[in-house]
Formats: sequence, C-alpha cells, structure tokens
Amino acid sequence: MNGSEPTEDGLDTDAAGMAEEDRYHLRLYVAGQTSKSLTAMANLKRFCEEHLAGHYDIEVIDLMKNPQLAAGDQILAIPTLVRRLPAPLKRIIGDLSNTEKVLVGLDIRPQNLPEKNPAAKADGV
Amino acid sequence: MASEPASPPEGTPKSPSTGAPAVAKVATGIDGFDTITFGGLPKGRPSLVCGAAGCGKTLFATTFLVNGATRFGEPGVFMSFEERAEDLVANVASLGYDLDGLVAQGKLAIDHVRVERSEIEETGEYDLEGLFIRLGFAVDSIGAKRIVLDTIETLFAGFSDETVLRAELRRLFGWIKDRGLTAIITGERGDGQLTRQGMEEYVSDCVVLLDNRVEDQITTRRLRVVKYRGSAHGTNEYPFLIDAEGISVLPVTAADLDYTIAEGVASTGIPGLDAMLEPGGFHRGTSILVSGESGTGKTMITSSMIGAACARGERCMSFVFEESGDQIIRNARSIGLDLARHVEAGLLRFEAARPSLYGLEMHLARMHRDIDRFAPSVVVVDPLSALRGPPAELQATMLRMVDMLKSRGITAIFTSLREDGSLDHDSNFGVSSLMDAWIKLLNVEANGERSRTLYVIKARGMRHSNQVREFSMSGDGIALVEAYIGPAGVLTGTARIVQEAEEAAAVLRREQESRRRRREAERRRHSLERQIDELRATLEAAAEEEAVLLSEDEMREAMLTSERRILSTRRGGTQ
Repeated sequence: MNGSEPTEDGLDTDAAGMAEEDRYHLRLYVAGQTSKSLTAMANLKRFCEEHLAGHYDIEVIDLMKNPQLAAGDQILAIPTLVRRLPAPLKRIIGDLSNTEKVLVGLDIRPQNLPEKNPAAKADGV
Repeated sequence: MASEPASPPEGTPKSPSTGAPAVAKVATGIDGFDTITFGGLPKGRPSLVCGAAGCGKTLFATTFLVNGATRFGEPGVFMSFEERAEDLVANVASLGYDLDGLVAQGKLAIDHVRVERSEIEETGEYDLEGLFIRLGFAVDSIGAKRIVLDTIETLFAGFSDETVLRAELRRLFGWIKDRGLTAIITGERGDGQLTRQGMEEYVSDCVVLLDNRVEDQITTRRLRVVKYRGSAHGTNEYPFLIDAEGISVLPVTAADLDYTIAEGVASTGIPGLDAMLEPGGFHRGTSILVSGESGTGKTMITSSMIGAACARGERCMSFVFEESGDQIIRNARSIGLDLARHVEAGLLRFEAARPSLYGLEMHLARMHRDIDRFAPSVVVVDPLSALRGPPAELQATMLRMVDMLKSRGITAIFTSLREDGSLDHDSNFGVSSLMDAWIKLLNVEANGERSRTLYVIKARGMRHSNQVREFSMSGDGIALVEAYIGPAGVLTGTARIVQEAEEAAAVLRREQESRRRRREAERRRHSLERQIDELRATLEAAAEEEAVLLSEDEMREAMLTSERRILSTRRGGTQ
C-alpha cells in the first residue's frame, strides 16, 4: 500500500442494489508513512471489508504531499478518518484500533452490525 | 500608533544591554508596549499573552500581526481556534484593519481551526501532526515570520488524551522555535495560575498578562509583563487602551525630572495679567493652575490663553470634562474670542469626555495618546478637579500627567474648582505644589454685588505682582481693573468706586484747606512786613531828629566859643 498516492480504492462493482445515500464515502488523512498511518490504513481496509463491503469509497490523503488539503476538513489530529457521506460529516481520529468506537463514530446502524457482519459480502451481492 | 515611544519607562533598568548580547526582539508596533519591553517580543520565540475573557488578547495578537505585515514587512499567520475568519475580519475592521486586503496581498494568512468535541471520535493512537502541517503550510505559503495561536487551549476541550496533547504542545513550541517564528500564544486566565491549562509551563520566554478591572464601576485595562527571560522590562502594571485607534499601552509612570526646559515666555492673552508677571507672561512648558469656584471665570481665562496661543500659531489641545467643545467656543465668543477659527485651522482641538467615562488611568492614557498624535504646545485640562478616584491614585495620576506634559515641553493649564488647590475636600494633598504657577480667582461679595478678582499666588522663576486685581469680562475680552488699595483695605466693584469718590472728595477738601492756610500765612506775613516798614520809618524819623538836635548843639557850642573869643579880645585888647 502506497500512502503517497491519493487513491480511489472504492469498489464500484456492486452499486446496483444500494441507494446512493447509503454509500459510505470515507477519506483518510495521514502524514507520511508513520506507523500510526499504516496501522490506520490497515485497520480501515479490514473494517470496511468486514462491515461495508461494496458500499464504500476510500480516499487516502497524505498531508505531507498535499498540506493544503488539511484546512478543508479541519484536520488537526493524524490519522483522521472523515465520513463525507452519508451526512452528517463525522471525524474519527486515531489509528482505528478500537473497532467498536469506529462503528459508533461512523454511525453504522446497529441492525447491520451484529448479524450482518459475517454476511456482509452476501448482502452486497 | 504613529509616534515612536519617546523615552524608556522608569522604574526599570535604563537599558537592557550591559555588555551581554541582548535578546533579539521584534517590535509589535503597539504604542508603549515596545517601550516597556525595550523593543518588543523575543524574536523567534513564543510569547504568552493571557488574561480573562474580554481583556483584548485577540486584539493584541491581531495588532501584532497587522503591524508586522504593514509596518515591519513581516507576514503573519493567524491561527484561530475560537473565532471564524469572517468574524475576526469583521471584529477588527472597526479599527481600520483590513485583514481581507492583507490576505489578498499575501501578507497574512488566517486559518480557523474548529475543534468540535461532538464530531470527534477517538479510536486509538493519534498525534497532532495535522496541526503542524496546517501551520507549516500557512507559514510557507506567505513566508510568515509571525504567528498567532488564539486560543490554543481550546484543544483541551476537543481531545480527551491530555498526555498526548501536552506532549504535542511541547513539540509545537519547539517547532516554532526551530522555525524561528515569533509567536503569540493566547491563553484564558485560570484559577490560581495564569492560564487554565498551565500554558506558562511551555511558553517560558515572555509572559504578558492583560487585566480588566472594575473599580467604582469604572473599568480600567491593565497590562503587565510577568516575565521576560533574558531581558529587562517594565515591571509595573500599565494601563492600556482599546478604542477606534487600536491598542496602546502607556508607560506613564515617569519619575525622572531630567526633562529639558522649554525656553521663552508665552503671553496669556490678557494684557493686565501679563503685566502682573514680570516677563510679560508665563514661561513655556510650565504647568499653570487656575483655581476658583464655579462662575469665577476659569474657563474664560483659559480660553483667552488658548486664543493667544493659537493666534501665535501654536497648537492647542483642550481636554474638557464638563462642557462640550462647541459650548466653550460659543461662550468664548461672548468675550470676543473666535476659537472656532482655530479649530477649523487645525490648531485647536477639543477632547470632551465625561469624567466618569473611564477610570483615571484611562483618562491619562487617552490624553497621553492624543497628545502624542496631535503634538500640541499648549494643553488645557478643564477642570482637573473633575477627575475622581481613590486619593492615592489620584495624586499619582496627577503627578504623572504633569510630568508627562512637562517632559514634552508643553505648557499645561489646569483649572480646579477647589479654592485651596487640593483635589478633594477630604484630602490634604494638593496639586498646587506640582504647579509652577497658580492663579487664584475669587468672587468678592460685598454691598449686594459680586466682583471678580484674581491674584497670582505663585509663579516660579519670575517676579510677579502681589496684588489682588479686579477684572471684568466684556465683548472686548478680559480686562484687569486697577485695584483700589487704601487704608480701608482692598475694595472692589461699586465699593471701590464709592471709596474712590470719597477719596477724591477728601483730597479736594484737603487741598482747599491747605490753600486757605497758605493764604492765611501769607496775610500774616504781609502784615508783619507792613509793621516792619512802619517801624523802619519811625526809626528814620527819630534818626533825623537826632541829627537835627546834634547839629543844633554843635552850632550852639560854636557860637559860644566865638562869643567867648570876642569878649576876651575886647577885655585884653591883645592876645
């Protein structure tokens, strides 16, 4: 994973069944290849695959490369995950190691959580 | 803001430089502050400006940046943790600061950092690298030399991990120093310490405390340099002023008496009063007290002096506390003075304010600033006794006011309602000893009328009349009347006129009497002379008679002799 490229990692393959507003547009701000950044990226990938497979876009922004982007989303802490969509805007800071808090932070509906975790892929198909 | 601080404040070491390399400093451009810190804030280091809400921290910081950008060629970054950029721009627009314009010119960058706890979920380890990146980006984008973090303590409300936060702040201040940025960090006053989160722990080079105190329902802003590592600084609390002209700090506790003396004599504009003073007026640069009860004509006398000074082309500034400038102009017209002409010509300025509008310090501060800007050669404070405050403070303020004026070589004219020159009924001290000259006005009440009198109690450095003089005000101005001083005392008004008439009658009587006596004496002399003449005539007559008798005797003797000779011839025949 190369944090330097602002990547569009979203999987667009399965949008058919989803309303546009249900789609998660996430943006992860990091600053260089620090251990915290790498941990956060790995955690985010894993988490999205587990819970939001098929409903998400991830954008990774390296502020070392694009410092001008920090002000726009009011970034102070690194790493910060911003949920652009669905509204309202949410910010989650830290390396995303506390999954429970990430779920709360991203406001993933409880009914999706317990039973659909394993069935996330099936849901997406 | 225009004038450079003239002299260093007292009560502090004269100069910070005693051989050792002085701390490099960056001027804030804030009136007076650069004076008390001998140059400004420490260059390339963070300084803490703290105080309670509404003390002017943000304004102080903004002024620092704006002056840097406009006057010292040092662009600046304003990182606001509280106000939005738009609000900040609007708030300081009233001071004439065009932040948007400076941003457009690339001299200023404003970054609003919004910290909203409810929007932030913490899920593990993090640091504040984002803040560094934003700050670094803003600094690099305009080549900033100055930064302001207002108020960084807000971060403590946004993040729960205080350990991380403190470590990051320490890193931030280190980063500021490494980058050589001169920074102002603002902090809200906390319980028992200067700031709520103990920011003074991190920012140890320079700490400035702003204060806003209310005494007797009057607010006075004060500033104190709590510490300044590696530099001398004024240690007192200095009043400072925020108004439409921005912020100004007033190092007004000058205690030196080593000011140079302005030479020359200035006429008072009242010929009679000039005549009472040997040089024909007051020395320039002195302080003159005109005291008297209400209605004795203090303001008119000062107006005359103002009129005279303006007519000589000097600049005058009048601080009036009981009337408006227009009212004084109108009233002065009644004694034939046209002050409006001088106001229009820019020679005269009235600054009217109610005494209760500000505290003493603020009045002094305001005067200080106005005087620096207007640079008058004559200043009037009318009346001095309107200023109220705790006695000790009042005395100190007066002293500084007089000193401030003297050190600038300004002729100061104060009026006081107190006859004895004291400031207060209850206090023993007075301003009279601070004054170089003192004119006392007194309304003398007698015979059902009041007469205006004045006399010069003291006038340092000149001989002056010791007489009480009556004066009158008319359309031709103020005129002193020759005083009546006689055996019956000093009389004024109609009593003087009556007395003078009586005196004249008495003189006439005495003259007639003496003429009569002279005539008498003459007559007596004439009669004596006449007697002398008569006696002399008698004497002559007597002398003549005596001569006649004597010659008769001689003739008789001769006859007898010749008869005897004839007889003997006849008897003897021969002989």
